Amino acid sequence: MSTTKVKVAENAAKFIQQDDIHEKLHDQNLWNVRMRRDTVASAIPEWEELRTLASRIKEHTLTHLDEYVLQFADNAEKRGIKVHWASTAEDHNRIVYEILASHQVKRLVKSKSMLQEECHMAPYLEKRGITLTETDLGERIQQLSGQDPSHIVMPAIHQTKEDIAKLFAEKIGTDPNKVDANYLTEAMRNNARPKFLEAEATMTGANFAIAETGSFVVCTNEGNADLGAAIAPLHIASIGIEKMVPKVEDMGVFIRLLSRSAVGTAATQYTSHFSGPRKGTEMHIILTDHGRSHRLGLEDFWSSLKCIRCGACMNTCPVYRRSGGLSYGATYSGPIGIILDPSYDEDKYSELPFHSSLCGSCTEVCPVRIDIAEQIVKWRKVMSAKKKLPVGLRLAFGVTGTVFKYPWVFRTAEAAGKWALKFAPDALIYNKTLNAWGRQRKLPEFADQTFRDWYLKNRNKEPKA
Amino acid sequence: MLAAIRKNMPKDKVAYPRLPSFEVAGKDLKRTFEESLSKAGGKLFDIANKEEALQLFAELYPDAKVVCSATAEWTGNKSLEEVSAPGELENVDVAVIRARFGVAETGMVWLTEHELIVNSLAFLAQHLVILLDPDEISENMHTAYRRVDLQRADYGVFVMGPSATADVGAVLVRGAQGPRSLSLFFTKSL
Repeated sequence: MSTTKVKVAENAAKFIQQDDIHEKLHDQNLWNVRMRRDTVASAIPEWEELRTLASRIKEHTLTHLDEYVLQFADNAEKRGIKVHWASTAEDHNRIVYEILASHQVKRLVKSKSMLQEECHMAPYLEKRGITLTETDLGERIQQLSGQDPSHIVMPAIHQTKEDIAKLFAEKIGTDPNKVDANYLTEAMRNNARPKFLEAEATMTGANFAIAETGSFVVCTNEGNADLGAAIAPLHIASIGIEKMVPKVEDMGVFIRLLSRSAVGTAATQYTSHFSGPRKGTEMHIILTDHGRSHRLGLEDFWSSLKCIRCGACMNTCPVYRRSGGLSYGATYSGPIGIILDPSYDEDKYSELPFHSSLCGSCTEVCPVRIDIAEQIVKWRKVMSAKKKLPVGLRLAFGVTGTVFKYPWVFRTAEAAGKWALKFAPDALIYNKTLNAWGRQRKLPEFADQTFRDWYLKNRNKEPKA
Repeated sequence: MLAAIRKNMPKDKVAYPRLPSFEVAGKDLKRTFEESLSKAGGKLFDIANKEEALQLFAELYPDAKVVCSATAEWTGNKSLEEVSAPGELENVDVAVIRARFGVAETGMVWLTEHELIVNSLAFLAQHLVILLDPDEISENMHTAYRRVDLQRADYGVFVMGPSATADVGAVLVRGAQGPRSLSLFFTKSL
């Protein structure tokens, strides 16, 4: 794994500059998803209460995590599931390979698992002679493209239909002139079917792990996880320890929130509960830490472990929508990526916390009430304190720190800023070395009146309640 | 690993919340179910008797060659008893399955290995016909999870319409890897 610093602003610039199509479509498609989310969320009167409940259940579980992980493992074993423990990504991959090797598995089908992405499992297994097929359509597109997923729910959302038509023509022999989603999906369905039937093993992740029964829950729209699990004689599931929930009834809260937040549907087409192996087959679970217990000990950041990987924060983020997920150079992109990735590597991901407008929309849509925007600010502080910033940002954010600490400085600066911007040459504001974030965007015009001035003048005009 | 968790766990413990079920008195569960399943891409039919069901089936699937039923109420031409490996169901055109119950809020039906006999049936079949007793509809996901008995099923799935994807250009396509369509027959018994 490379530890070179990810230059997210530069990467985003490339995504925007490649043509007039990709960024626009990406922005539009994700905004549509965000709007659908709003429509379905507003149809549920108890939506805000559900968010609070989900947050509480997760916080309760995380503050009692040792008990629930143990309870889960015990109950799963009682049902005949073999439970393995992996502290690191290396442990995880080694255990997977050992299980596969001991069953002489050569062909593996798998559904989407962000944990397996974190562990870079696919290249590890492929190097050891396993033929691995991603069965989620988006993941398969990314596998054939030789790229990481760019979104945690819609892995190939940065690619257009035309890109995919070209890719499939090259890789699976479709007609390059047929740029039609139905045709391309059908082609991959037919290509994948024999692979499901031949596979000697299947792998899944898990959206939730229920401690009370030792069950794990997998949510898909395609049915690919179920198809794999219903046919292969060996099922291995990778489960991050933060996936625990205490009880079966907790699932009612989470299923109501998950897909509505993710893509604006009432639920995924399939919500599958695995509580034991099919007769005559084996089921293994790899309970994996990979940095999670470390994050649990970070006072400012542990609540990011509540994340249920819905991607709502990505869809709503104006910066993510314009940047494309691959720009973040990490397993997780968008606002959630900004707060998760640096806990793995503060150097490599030091620029990420600055790739945000701090508009706070991510916090507003998060179904488990993670204070994402606040954590982005806190990561900025970590990076500033450790002097991990590029020089332009170090100057700018050095000033910002002072300004936010003393409000009167901000107010004076605001007035002065208006004046300064009026006369500052664009060459300074959009300077490529000092401000990479200025390149693809123009600053909006400053309002003649500041919000504070407006508020002080108008607050007494409001009718008294 | 447990030691690492214990060392790092936040000291301030959060209490487990009380979970309401958010039921609304007087809700028309069947109608809500119909609306929800329609949104998820399923089709619904009220069935009065066996003859009506057979006629509708013939109309819906005129080209079906292999029909496989997991319920004694329906006879197909491929028997699950003869299946020795789950992959053998790959040529099934239509599968008929009776669901334990449905969920009004989402249009889901609950299926386990007890209803499926062979789990792959629900995923390899090109089309699904689900039989559901209209009196067996749970209001929402909270009430539905009270009926889910994971202790008695190694596998259980909420199915909400046909398989779907929007991974090519954000365009919704029904019939991704699993069934291309789902038709729900409301019937107490056939």
